[in-house]
Amino acid sequence: MNGFGVLLKRELAMAWNRGGGPAVALAFNVCAVTLLPLASGGSLDKLKLLAPGFSWVALALASLLSLERLFERDYEDGALDLLALGPAPLELVAVAKCLAQWVCTGIPLAVFAPIAATALGADLALAPLTFLCALIGGIGFAFVGGVGAAVSLGARAGGVLIAVIVLPLFTPLAIFGGGAIASLAMGLDWRPGLLFLSAYSLLFLALGPFAMAMACRNALS
Amino acid sequence: MITVLANPQRFLAFSRVAAPILGALAAILAAAALWTGWSAPDDYQQGATVRLMFIHVPAAITGMLIYGCLAGSAFFGLVFRHLLADAAARAAAPLGAAVTLLGLITGSFWGRPMWGAWWVWDARLTSYLILFLFFVGYMALQASIDDETKADRASGILAMVGVIMLPIVHYSVLWWNSLHQGETIFAPGGPKASAVYLTPLFLMWAAYSLGFGALWMVRIRGEIWRRRAQALAVQGAR
Amino acid sequence: MPNFELGKYAVYIVPAYAITALVIGVMIADTLLRAGRWKREVEKREAARPGKKSKKA
Repeated sequence: MNGFGVLLKRELAMAWNRGGGPAVALAFNVCAVTLLPLASGGSLDKLKLLAPGFSWVALALASLLSLERLFERDYEDGALDLLALGPAPLELVAVAKCLAQWVCTGIPLAVFAPIAATALGADLALAPLTFLCALIGGIGFAFVGGVGAAVSLGARAGGVLIAVIVLPLFTPLAIFGGGAIASLAMGLDWRPGLLFLSAYSLLFLALGPFAMAMACRNALS
Repeated sequence: MITVLANPQRFLAFSRVAAPILGALAAILAAAALWTGWSAPDDYQQGATVRLMFIHVPAAITGMLIYGCLAGSAFFGLVFRHLLADAAARAAAPLGAAVTLLGLITGSFWGRPMWGAWWVWDARLTSYLILFLFFVGYMALQASIDDETKADRASGILAMVGVIMLPIVHYSVLWWNSLHQGETIFAPGGPKASAVYLTPLFLMWAAYSLGFGALWMVRIRGEIWRRRAQALAVQGAR
Repeated sequence: MPNFELGKYAVYIVPAYAITALVIGVMIADTLLRAGRWKREVEKREAARPGKKSKKA
């Protein structure tokens, strides 16, 4: 679909610059990951237990960073109006935005996640699954976050509001992703967790854009 | 029934009679519940703490009931763009948040003597906490958007996403709990309630539900008047 | 007859009931006051414009 390709290219360019792009998200992640050992005494055996879980928390929070501006820039300068009137359905625009968000922020964070987890004492053997879960979970974070961002368009206190709205919806991502990694660490079957994680992410990828488009139209009306 | 109530004038007339009746009924039922509940003997295992069941379980159930009412109202408001439905959703939210909070707090006070911890991350409690957060997010979103119609629609969309997602969230927490079995075994609702406790429990649940119905109606009345007052203010300014 | 002997659990039961009563009381008060306030507001504005049909909500 040529139209979609154009949309995607535009969104990728915007996402790369938005909110500092991958650099800021990664920096935030590093800071968050550094805080945990500093705050809890730094002994590796204690950290080891928390490592996978905490790296997911850091992932979720870092994903929130550039959400506020996901739709807002286009909304403010009128581009969203044009996109709404244009040939491509608004739903497709939403897909392009969230995919671009995932490529520019989610993938770098996913690459960093196993590094963070290992630095916090997790077993190196967990690294591949951590990467995979962060990658797939990243789609979930992007599309769930997109719904939160779209619904909050035109609201005051954007960033914090989006976090409050979106965090309950983030919990299954943390639970399934963290659960898969924890299962592997305990020697149990990690596949159910990964499957549920994928299902949840794909569900939001499929249905989220409809909610986002509806919310955008509401904000533009 | 719904189409009859859909007219604001008729709703005002209906609720003027219905709300006080429901309220009075709720008060009577609550008194009856407390009387029978506190007259029952202490539970063999739980001792006097069984009395907390009478305010915890009804709050917990009513919280979920209000969530259903909010979601239903939001659906009608979103699909049929009916002002009264939007008003009903907006009115239900603070009540839902308050009751859910009560469910959490009373659960905590019940959990400490029963299971030794003020809070445990079991499936029920965690899902319930997320429900509370959902109410908070919903209210926060409505409060942050100045244009009321837009606020209603945006929060309506959020409510719909919530309706689909919260069962999934609950399931995820259940699944997580099954992974971590052995750390806490938390029988939902506590040990099997014997019949002597079921009566006060049921009475109190009825009291909470009817009380919510009464308060909800009054809040919707307030919403109707608020919108009318604001419309009149706009008219008067011309 | 209700028996009020709570023994050692009083420290849990009493605060829980107290908080419940408080929250319910606040809910009732807020609901009634709020509705009353807006009703008075509407009556005030309608009185200020006699003969004009008020907009249906």
